[in-house]
Amino acid sequence: MAERWGLPIVAWPSRLRPSVWDGIALPLVFGGLILLAWASHQMSQPFHAGQQLPISLDPRFLPAYALRTVMRMALALVASLIFSIVYAAIAAKSKRAEKLLIPILDVLQSVPILGFLSITVTGFIALFPGSLLGYECAAIFAIFTSQAWNMTFSLYQSFLGVPHDLREAARMYHLSPWNSFWQLEMPFALPQLVWNMMMSVSGGWFFVVASEAISVNGENVLLPGIGSYISVAIDQRDLSAVGYAILAMLVLILIYDQLLFRPLLAWVQRFKVETIVGDEIEPPWFLVMMQRARIFHGVAWLFSLMALVSSRAAQRLPSLPSVARRSRRFGRALDVAWVVVLLGGSAVALIEIAHFVRAEVGWTEVGHVFVLGAITLLRVVVLIALAALVWVPIGVWIGLRPRLARRIQPVIQFLAAFPANLFFPIVVSLIVAYRLTPEIWLSPLMILGTQWYILFNVIAGTLALPNDYLLVAGNLGVRNWLWWRRLILPGIFPAFVTGAVTASGGSWNASIVSEIARWGDTTLRATGIGAYIATETEKGDFPRIALGITVLCLYVLVFNRLVWRRLYQLAEERLRLD
Amino acid sequence: MPAEITFAADVGTGLVAAHQVCKTYATGEAAGRLVLDHIDFTLKEGEIVAILGKSGSGKSTFLRILAGLTEPSEGFASYRGRRIDDPVNGVAMVFQSFALFPWLTVLGNVELGLEAQGVPLDERHRRAIAAIDLIGLDGFESAYPKELSGGMRQRVGFARALVVNPDVLLLDEPFSQLDVLTAETLRGDVEDLWRDRRVPTKGIILVSHNIEDAVFLADRIIVFGSDPGCIRADIPVPLPRPRDQTNPIFRSLVDQVYALLTTVPGTEAKRRAEPIGLGYRIPDASIQQLTGLLEALSQPPYEGRADLPKLAESEHLSTDDLMVMVETLQLLGFAQAGGGDIEVLPAGRTFAAADLQHRKQIFNDHMRRAVPLAAHIRRVLDERPGHSAPEGRFLAELEDYLSEKEARQVFETVINWGRYAELFAYDIDSGVLSLENP
Repeated sequence: MAERWGLPIVAWPSRLRPSVWDGIALPLVFGGLILLAWASHQMSQPFHAGQQLPISLDPRFLPAYALRTVMRMALALVASLIFSIVYAAIAAKSKRAEKLLIPILDVLQSVPILGFLSITVTGFIALFPGSLLGYECAAIFAIFTSQAWNMTFSLYQSFLGVPHDLREAARMYHLSPWNSFWQLEMPFALPQLVWNMMMSVSGGWFFVVASEAISVNGENVLLPGIGSYISVAIDQRDLSAVGYAILAMLVLILIYDQLLFRPLLAWVQRFKVETIVGDEIEPPWFLVMMQRARIFHGVAWLFSLMALVSSRAAQRLPSLPSVARRSRRFGRALDVAWVVVLLGGSAVALIEIAHFVRAEVGWTEVGHVFVLGAITLLRVVVLIALAALVWVPIGVWIGLRPRLARRIQPVIQFLAAFPANLFFPIVVSLIVAYRLTPEIWLSPLMILGTQWYILFNVIAGTLALPNDYLLVAGNLGVRNWLWWRRLILPGIFPAFVTGAVTASGGSWNASIVSEIARWGDTTLRATGIGAYIATETEKGDFPRIALGITVLCLYVLVFNRLVWRRLYQLAEERLRLD
Repeated sequence: MPAEITFAADVGTGLVAAHQVCKTYATGEAAGRLVLDHIDFTLKEGEIVAILGKSGSGKSTFLRILAGLTEPSEGFASYRGRRIDDPVNGVAMVFQSFALFPWLTVLGNVELGLEAQGVPLDERHRRAIAAIDLIGLDGFESAYPKELSGGMRQRVGFARALVVNPDVLLLDEPFSQLDVLTAETLRGDVEDLWRDRRVPTKGIILVSHNIEDAVFLADRIIVFGSDPGCIRADIPVPLPRPRDQTNPIFRSLVDQVYALLTTVPGTEAKRRAEPIGLGYRIPDASIQQLTGLLEALSQPPYEGRADLPKLAESEHLSTDDLMVMVETLQLLGFAQAGGGDIEVLPAGRTFAAADLQHRKQIFNDHMRRAVPLAAHIRRVLDERPGHSAPEGRFLAELEDYLSEKEARQVFETVINWGRYAELFAYDIDSGVLSLENP
């Protein structure tokens, strides 16, 4: 596919001539390969339960730890990519599969990510006995869960949105289903996918940090990485080590941004279905290098060869329509049977859950957990409202100054990507020092990392307001509160809702790590469902972990349905500018 | 139905043919809505056939059935005597919206069909370059579609179709998204290629709503009637190529087709004599345009009567838009069309001469009399205690006759007219119709 997608392919002879860029590219590529080999070797070291992996706070070890963290991130991203392509393709192609897969995805999306870690870690350990690989897999799986759902939804929606005329053209010119997938559907979905990948990775850093320190059945396992480093720093009340970790993370995110996402974003511009040439992005230096350095041409050539071979192979496969062309009545009967199977399956599962809860925890505790959930809900709502009060005026102020906005946007994007849990120790040490009430002062941690989504979207929304509207408002003398009520608030509403949805989802997730905090041997505890899950996870009480996660998940689902989805629809139908 | 039927005798000279093709779309009613009614059609070797019809006459659906993109509900299409189930080799299509892949260069787009056929790289390249040169795009091989103008993009569409050396070329309104000058140039170039036999294509089907395009290009014009779509006329165009648009025979052919498209033929007229039903697809004409047209028609040089092709030209209206307006004016009893002419009726003159409030009153009267749906909505609102009703109720009634999309469209048109006539009010947030006048 590389050839089709515009990575330059030239005939062999000219490709053999090295260019200046090769001087930079060669060491980068081979250095990267050696580092990857080292990190992957470290991952499969022998390990036995109870053993402690030494984590040193010496900053000299930080680069190695950072590399391990990056490695986990990269593996999770690759896994997410493969998962999302397969899952979304099946959901988009088969009506029957869609009925099951999309609701499942919807639920998975609202399960707190650290909940996945608590549930799956024992299984992964059993999978690779006597090796660190099980723990590594559990951590990678947690990061995977923070990225995969969102990417899958994006792909699924893109697949459904492929323009009808392009589909017809693909059929008319006899593209096989396989070819059509790689030449039409994937390219069409790419821009949105890359954007979502970038957002997912931003969110992923938070969970990388949180999932490296795994507690199973009352014992702590620290996987070498930045997250473990900071965990040890907390134990030893070492603020300067926290500072080093923050610095290392900063460098990591910058590298990801420069080497992966900037080039990717610029490259996918060509896949956008636009009728006119849009604003050209300045090509990032890394993309320029990839396009100029001859060594990458070899890689691109290899890709196009693979594409050719696979499409040849796919041509031999029987084409799908002939299989699908069955009698309609038979198809309808199958549909009905399928719905019956789905309903039956979910009924059985419901009974199973009720039995489980009654046998293991009892209904009073269920009620108690629901109350805890309500308390956390209150925190989330209040925090979003506060964040809106603070960031909407600031965002609008920045958005009205396009030059400033363009300079400040990458900074905010960066802040959103930065794992807020690295800052937790600083805040917590302050709470301890000033003896503040944890019930109130731990709460802001939940929104520390996610508030930037609100700011970011408000700025984007204000930038998108047509200048004419502002001029008309000025011309009619619309000022002060009227100006906000009639122009700005409706104008930025869709963007604000998008930001607030993201922020609230992130806050629910963060509740598990922010309602309980440690600083040395002091533990601060706020009442809430996040604290409940965290405590039970530490104890390894599986039924109670499951209960906590289920209830939290229910809250998120219902809240999304009742509040966010409606606001979203309102924004979509009424207040869209185009 | 057997998987493959060979009609050696029946379609001996035909390239592409349709045999008793019907197409039904699902609606609320069990039977669904018939959009194509038993169509028989043959494209002979060496001819260009244009299919003309009002929008909604099913001509585009018909073309898609011939292309193998849509399955007919009854009957079948065939290519050289073999049944068409999927797109077949030998038939290529040019799309109204160009349908180019934005991530492929001009060359990549043109090579697409060859690549899918597994043509080796060198040959693919050679043939694509040749097709690009043929259609006058040399120099643009490495450009992306978004860098090109509409006319250039459609040239890529033609090159992509021609490069696979198709027997039959299907053109789905290929010029309708281009401005007049560009469209005429491209049309002329296509005709040149055909006349000089520079392409191996043996037959072309052009679906269009532009009568001039059809008369300029086609050897035969098929006029589709609507509701349900059927072949109303088959008019040969015996003019030598290249054709001169000022030639009197050319002009009279254009007039003849106009007359056909604006008058109601036998069966349709019989049905029209009876009052139209609730599910009648009222044309979505804008009141501003209707008013403008009536005003223009009542003044010199028309003085109440105009030749439709001339009217379209001097008022800068597309045939399609004009057709919609003529149908609406006839429906409301403001004008009458026949023989390619339109004549304003007394009510239309009064309307054109009236002031704003009076116009609304006249429109209100005519709408209640001529549009059963409007009368029905008003009656329901009058009878209900709160003088309001949810839109869902009327939409459900419409969906007995029309597809969901069409029902929506008809409903929106009637809301628009009803608001203008102050026949009823409508609140989009709640979806409620009422008699309240805010």
